[in-house]
Amino acid sequence: MTGPLLEARRLRVDIGGMTLVEGLDLAVAAGERVAILGRNGAGKSTLLTTLAGLRRPAAGNLLLGGSDAASLSPRLAALRRAWLGQFQNDPFGSTVLETALTGRHPHLGRWDWESPRDAELARGALAAVGLAGLESRPVHTLSGGERQRLAIAALLTQASPLYLLDEPLAHLDLNHQMAVLELFAGAARDCGAGVIMVLHDPALAHRFCDRALLLHGDGQVEVGAVDALLTAERLSRLYGHTLHEIDDRGRRCFVPK
Amino acid sequence: MPTRRRAALILAALLLLALASFWAALMAGSVPVAATDVLAALLGESTGAADIVLQLRLPRALAGFACGALLALAGALMQVLLRNPLADPYVLGISGGAGVGAMFALLFGLPLIAVDGLAFTGALAAMLLVFGLAHGDGSWTQTRLLLTGVIVAAGCGALVALMLSVAEEHRLRGMLFWLMGDLGQGTAWWPAMLALGVALVVALPFARELNLLARGLLQAQALGVAVDRLRYAIYLLASLATAISVTTAGSIGFVGLVVPHLVRLAIGNDQRLLLPASALAGGALLVLADTLARTVIAPQQLPVGVLTALIGVPLFLFLLSRQPR
Repeated sequence: MTGPLLEARRLRVDIGGMTLVEGLDLAVAAGERVAILGRNGAGKSTLLTTLAGLRRPAAGNLLLGGSDAASLSPRLAALRRAWLGQFQNDPFGSTVLETALTGRHPHLGRWDWESPRDAELARGALAAVGLAGLESRPVHTLSGGERQRLAIAALLTQASPLYLLDEPLAHLDLNHQMAVLELFAGAARDCGAGVIMVLHDPALAHRFCDRALLLHGDGQVEVGAVDALLTAERLSRLYGHTLHEIDDRGRRCFVPK
Repeated sequence: MPTRRRAALILAALLLLALASFWAALMAGSVPVAATDVLAALLGESTGAADIVLQLRLPRALAGFACGALLALAGALMQVLLRNPLADPYVLGISGGAGVGAMFALLFGLPLIAVDGLAFTGALAAMLLVFGLAHGDGSWTQTRLLLTGVIVAAGCGALVALMLSVAEEHRLRGMLFWLMGDLGQGTAWWPAMLALGVALVVALPFARELNLLARGLLQAQALGVAVDRLRYAIYLLASLATAISVTTAGSIGFVGLVVPHLVRLAIGNDQRLLLPASALAGGALLVLADTLARTVIAPQQLPVGVLTALIGVPLFLFLLSRQPR
């Protein structure tokens, strides 16, 4: 595919009668990484589900891989983007391997069962997030961080060109936070995957993303390169709390006052 | 790792169990029939027991199997639809609606055909009422659906209690048997069997999508499931399956709640296997329970609903306690 993986045109996102995003134009090309930042309740998750085509925009168009998301069948959409939600739950329980295999669904025909190759892909994805060897464990025996990494493994088996991640670092300790970010950075660099992720740490956004999308919660949105957008002054305004910028050999850190 | 081979083996084992239950149902009763005589009757030889086997026991066993299978299937579907392990086929008021219809017919001593007709009408009315109310604002959430169903069921329960309390003494026994579930009413077996076939054919192609639906609506949609369409279809299918079972045999409790859980504890939660396995296990359980209901205090009969609970509860608790935590 040569065009952008995702394109939003004059997108408006409403929730409960409030406008969260107004007139958003955004195109994400292969290999690009975009961070969505904003306060709690600013509409980061709502925007992300809208960009994933899981929620109708109040106005404007969304294109996934060049076709209008509204007219794309759920299965075709699932082959063009993968979405990581904030909450994983499973009222009936299943094993780690079964959960990782769910990502293969859009690739299988109606009567197909998962093949040994699908299982191989799933095992590879589990190994990539550090869950190798836990294949037959029931999901409810995993810790919060392990479940989060399992959800990421399921996402990897979906093997779509675009990842939309809602707080991918939730419940993860520091080493796994870095591992997950490196993983998606690698996918963008080596496989040309596009990544849009909701993050809470502007320093990590600066280090791991090309562009940032600042969501002010009143409809106002700023999009731009991380170097230009992620400054102490702008972020202080975004979060409503004064931040100091510390420069550590080209890497920015932001310390709340 | 789910494979076709494992599924085929498990289903074959359950099929044998179902056949064994039929065998027991045809042999046992107030007049025991020897295995050779059962075989002879099935092969069309006219022996002394042929009438008992072919006219009485076989239709009843077929009806029992179909109802048990429909209930277990509907229960498994409802549990996915509501994403709630406590859901059963009756939780959304279908049996309540059918109960109101049947009690009304029994209260006035109407013939069997009217009892069946009104039960089915009541079930459909409850289904449409719950759907209409739960869908009212377009949100159609699990919580709203569940609450609406529970309230409609409670309302129906009150109407049933009202009719029971004003019913004449000699009609009460028939009404109670209907409410507890009873296969001795002589309703035809083939509508339920036909419904079972249709329900399985409709549900099985969507089994893998149901696996995803159980994990969450957005999750399923993101993985390529047409969630809204699927949920309407399951609601309709599970409701109709329940309505037909309830019309055939009254509201037999417990099969729809416990059989899917029993099967889940034994073989896991892959709907591709769980749905047909639940149907077979539910059918076999109900045939066995009904055979017991006919024989324990023969020639007196018990309502089969009592037996399903008496067999199912200890079995379920046993499986639950050996499950590693």
